[in-house]
Amino acid sequence: MTASGWLQIAVFVLVIFALTRPLGAYLHRVFEGDRQPLPRVLGRVERGLLRLCGLRAPAEQTWVQYAVSMLVFSVLGLLVTYVIQRAQGVLPLNPQHLAGVPAPLAFNTASSFATNTNWQAYVPETTMSNLTQMAGLAWHNFTSAAVGIGVALVVARGLTRQPGPDGNRGVGNFYVDLIRGLVYVLVPMSAVVALVLVSQGVVQTLDASHAVTTLEGGKQVLALGPVASQEAIKMLGTNGGGFFNANSAHPFENPSALTNLLEMVLIFAIPAALTYTYGRMARDQRQGWVLFAAMSVLFLAGVAVCYWAEAHPNAALHDLQIASAPGNLEGKEVRFGVANSALFATVTTDASCGAVNAMHDSFTPLGGMVPMVNISLGEVVFGGVGAGLYGILVFVVLTVFIAGLMVGRTPEYLGKKIEGREMKLAMLYILVFPLIILGLTAWAAVASYGTSSLNNAGPHGLSELLYAFISGAGNNGSAFAGLNANTDWWNVVLGLTMLAGRFLMIVPALAIGGAMLRKKTVIPGPGTFPTTGWLFAALLVAVIVIVGALTFFPALSLGPVVEHFQAQHGEVM
Amino acid sequence: MATFEPAIVRAAVGESFRKLDPRILARNPVMFVVAIGSVLTSGLLVRDIAAPSAGGAPLWFTGAVTAWLWFTVLFANFAEAVAEGRGKAQADTLRKMRQETVARRVVPGQALPEVVSAALLRKGDLVVIEAGQVVPGDGEIIEGIASVDESAITGESAPVIRESGGDRSSVTGGTKVLSDRIVVRIGANPGESFLDRMISLVEGASRQKTPNEIALHILLVGLTIVFLLVCVTLVPLGIYSGVHLGATTIVALLVCLIPTTIGGLLSAIGIAGMDRLLRKNVIAMSGRAVEAAGDVDVLLLDKTGTITHGNRMASELIPADGVRIEDLAEAAMMSSLADETPEGRSIVTLVKERYNLTPPALGDATFVKFTAQTRMSGLDLGERHIRKGAVDAVGTHAGGMPADAREAAGKIGDSGGTPLAVSDGTRVLGLVHLKDVVKQGIRERFLRFRAMGIRTVMVTGDNPRTAKAIAAEAGVDDFLAEATPEHKMALIKAEQAKGKLVAMTGDGTNDAPALAQADVGVAMNTGTQAAKEAGNMVDLDSDPTKLLEVVEVGKQLLMTRGSLTTFSIANDVAKYFAILPAMFMGVYPQIAPLNIMGLASSQSAILSAVIFNALIIIVLIPLALRGVKYRPLGAAAILRRSLLVYGVGGVIAPFAGIKLIDLLLTALGAT
Repeated sequence: MTASGWLQIAVFVLVIFALTRPLGAYLHRVFEGDRQPLPRVLGRVERGLLRLCGLRAPAEQTWVQYAVSMLVFSVLGLLVTYVIQRAQGVLPLNPQHLAGVPAPLAFNTASSFATNTNWQAYVPETTMSNLTQMAGLAWHNFTSAAVGIGVALVVARGLTRQPGPDGNRGVGNFYVDLIRGLVYVLVPMSAVVALVLVSQGVVQTLDASHAVTTLEGGKQVLALGPVASQEAIKMLGTNGGGFFNANSAHPFENPSALTNLLEMVLIFAIPAALTYTYGRMARDQRQGWVLFAAMSVLFLAGVAVCYWAEAHPNAALHDLQIASAPGNLEGKEVRFGVANSALFATVTTDASCGAVNAMHDSFTPLGGMVPMVNISLGEVVFGGVGAGLYGILVFVVLTVFIAGLMVGRTPEYLGKKIEGREMKLAMLYILVFPLIILGLTAWAAVASYGTSSLNNAGPHGLSELLYAFISGAGNNGSAFAGLNANTDWWNVVLGLTMLAGRFLMIVPALAIGGAMLRKKTVIPGPGTFPTTGWLFAALLVAVIVIVGALTFFPALSLGPVVEHFQAQHGEVM
Repeated sequence: MATFEPAIVRAAVGESFRKLDPRILARNPVMFVVAIGSVLTSGLLVRDIAAPSAGGAPLWFTGAVTAWLWFTVLFANFAEAVAEGRGKAQADTLRKMRQETVARRVVPGQALPEVVSAALLRKGDLVVIEAGQVVPGDGEIIEGIASVDESAITGESAPVIRESGGDRSSVTGGTKVLSDRIVVRIGANPGESFLDRMISLVEGASRQKTPNEIALHILLVGLTIVFLLVCVTLVPLGIYSGVHLGATTIVALLVCLIPTTIGGLLSAIGIAGMDRLLRKNVIAMSGRAVEAAGDVDVLLLDKTGTITHGNRMASELIPADGVRIEDLAEAAMMSSLADETPEGRSIVTLVKERYNLTPPALGDATFVKFTAQTRMSGLDLGERHIRKGAVDAVGTHAGGMPADAREAAGKIGDSGGTPLAVSDGTRVLGLVHLKDVVKQGIRERFLRFRAMGIRTVMVTGDNPRTAKAIAAEAGVDDFLAEATPEHKMALIKAEQAKGKLVAMTGDGTNDAPALAQADVGVAMNTGTQAAKEAGNMVDLDSDPTKLLEVVEVGKQLLMTRGSLTTFSIANDVAKYFAILPAMFMGVYPQIAPLNIMGLASSQSAILSAVIFNALIIIVLIPLALRGVKYRPLGAAAILRRSLLVYGVGGVIAPFAGIKLIDLLLTALGAT
């Protein structure tokens, strides 16, 4: 570990901290304000799009209506993307004349992008045409992020709004939230970022691949494409699906130290800002900052462990007499080095982004365990765009319920009582992760179609299996690699995993918003359970760790933990 | 009563086994899972005894784990049985009282009542009760007045007066009429009487899960399913890794991880909460009411009886200009000697204590009684005509009231008190300040409530000026003056519209609607039948200040539940560290550093965790029954404290406990 490494991590943290307030305030104005910014320009676009959807005066929806709109919209998008992939051979913008994508892979990819996962079981530059990338995939990069924000808003509105006189105020309108997210936030920000990326050397072209003669006289094909435009939303929408297989380790996606910092900042920007937006909605900024604090603690712990682990070479290589100073450089871009790779890995797995600038598979056992733990916490450490906020709010509900009784009142959050129905929904939400991750990993570990895709046996192989399902269920999409996921079984099972990890969690979250909305708010007094301050932040962290991560402790023990201790003994399986 | 009274413990031990009935166990899903696990390992034990297999877990290990799993279930049953047993003991006492009583029922058109068994009485029947007879059933006096011994119900030996009309008209079955004759209209059919309800309540027969208990159960069931998934999937993951995990080990891990501590104690906590109220002579009609008591935001307190003693007392003597205070004191005392009202007695007491005067020998004094016309009382002693009474009445009698005395009287009125003037012949000697005396310690109590975030509102029929003065003295947050039942009702509804929970006490029939509307309505046992039926609690002592204790019991119940839930979940950290390394060390000896407790062997580690998990239930039974110590602090302070004890303590305690048990097991050679 070096001072410069820590300094770069500190710079990143400070930038995020500085961005949270202004961006959060902007988001509040966009989604909850009376007057949206730039009414002449963006306002017209918003109204035009709403009219296009047949919504002249959009009404507030109940949570059920909101959920149905969201599901219909997502499923339709999924189907369209599936069709585009299958038919890309006969569609335009296919300069490399790529054939249609096979059905299982097309299903996997459509599910992957519709769920904001961006798990890629294929090599993009040789599988997806420009049309598929730009229309099929980029569409989801924008909309799935906007959907996530909408869901977070519903939960936040449920918790912070007063019920109407008849007790039945709406939770917002799905199409309004979606369109506002796109028009005021994701599209304009991505456009600006894309230009900055181009200035740094990210390519942006519709030309076919370029054949060049290398210095040694050999031939090399340079894959090109509309990369910069994809790259911006890949980060900003915590999507993570790279234009190239090498993702953000590729020089055309992530050419410089500056773009590397920018890309990491973009991943956390909206999730961090949403905590501030939430504080505004709660009319108590501390309610937002306490979430930010809990997330920061978990983030810093992850980055510290990962950086520490990666700063030391793999213990198993101790006898090889190689220099230990640079740490574990296997599978890392030398341009970024250990600190920026560890930071990037932590950031991308804390938020459900999944973009990578290093091979997580090549991390030391403990270094590689950090991304796994991060995702299995439930993607609540800033988390996916929107997903992080609604995820941590479910944990807040759980924390308040467990500990709230200790002050001698039935649990309440922001003045609203937490009762049986909310507990039922929160437990449904919590159950999804262990059910699909542990259940499917256990299945894959003893089935030939699961293990036959492994490149490694023993604990590291188990880590690869576990990582695939954690990444899929957490809608992260980063890969531990070392696993050939492009088989029919893996494509179908992981496709279903991603759908379950997204929608089986969104629906209970929306229902919590709907249930909380009906409750009266009691003004807090000295007898009310305090949900701000360090004590609550620590409590929240403890519940996330005990309920979220400890569930995976037994499985992790057989994977990275055993591998770590084996390496300490100089053994490699 | 001691927590573990031998008779109760003996009964509870038997009851623990009776509760192994699957139909009863199924009501508690967490313990049901433990029971299923126990059955499973018992089956394995039988199989291993019948057909020992090489390479399997040693017999002693399976046997010991199985035994302790059964103990876990039994301990949880025992906790519930002890809690119920304490209630049952009280129910039995009550039942003894409900001996076959004979009733004398009035038959229309007949002069003499017929004699029937009390069990045959129906609602609406009229019965005659005379001195020395036992009241055959709950009802309302419609004729007569009597002194009644209610000690059987309240434990209070002094007889109380019951009379027709007004708010003291109800009588309870099982109490005894000591004097006079009353006619009572029976208000409840047999089996529905107050006594019957009380018995079924304390026995827990009509106990239903409260809303918060149901929500907590959902959490516990959810966690149980999560850990079930964790443990079941560990088998295939183990197969992949070449680790053979026996069913006994998996069941042991599962039972240690699921929240058995709170799962086993939850119903005991609830029963004990009702029981604690009962010990304070308050009967809650439902667990829901006790829970609501913890959540109360606003207390409506009647001034008279709750905040003040109800009688105005002399607090000060103010002589008129040129009068010696001793002269005033003597006259005031003499005028009050024959005055048997509390006000009169308080004047005598004040003069005795403050001015050290004793009543002189009065010889042939003639006492003048108070009448509504004269509004004065006093005595004539020879030529002296000593009078005390309303200021204007005394003024008229003495032929004029001095200006300074008139002014002082105005001031007393402003401060919420009542002035009495004292005169000797035509000379006005001065004033006596009668004051509503605020009960001792009540101000401190309200301070405690403020710290807990509960607002107190004083309700009184006094005028706003008087009310304000008393409110300030008692330290309540707000007051409702010149209150009518409608005002009270409106206030409750207004608070509830803001989402607040309101508690109140009441005894009169006109209190009934408000008692029913309030979230916690404590009816006085002396009150009318209507009031008792409208409220969700009855205070047998008819002490309105009891409301404060009711709230504390409610809070204590919730705090106990929360603390043990936190403790139970925090325990899991240590259990992971005890069991996981033990499970995998056989195949992966490299992970020995994870065995941070340094437990002797895999088997002793697992067994120690299971034993700790079972014993902790027994250890915590007293806490569950007694409730965690209640402190009147703000929520933030309570939370800090509880988190330290039950959260941090919950993480650390099992590390120490499991290590200790492991050392003991090793010492016993069981490794």
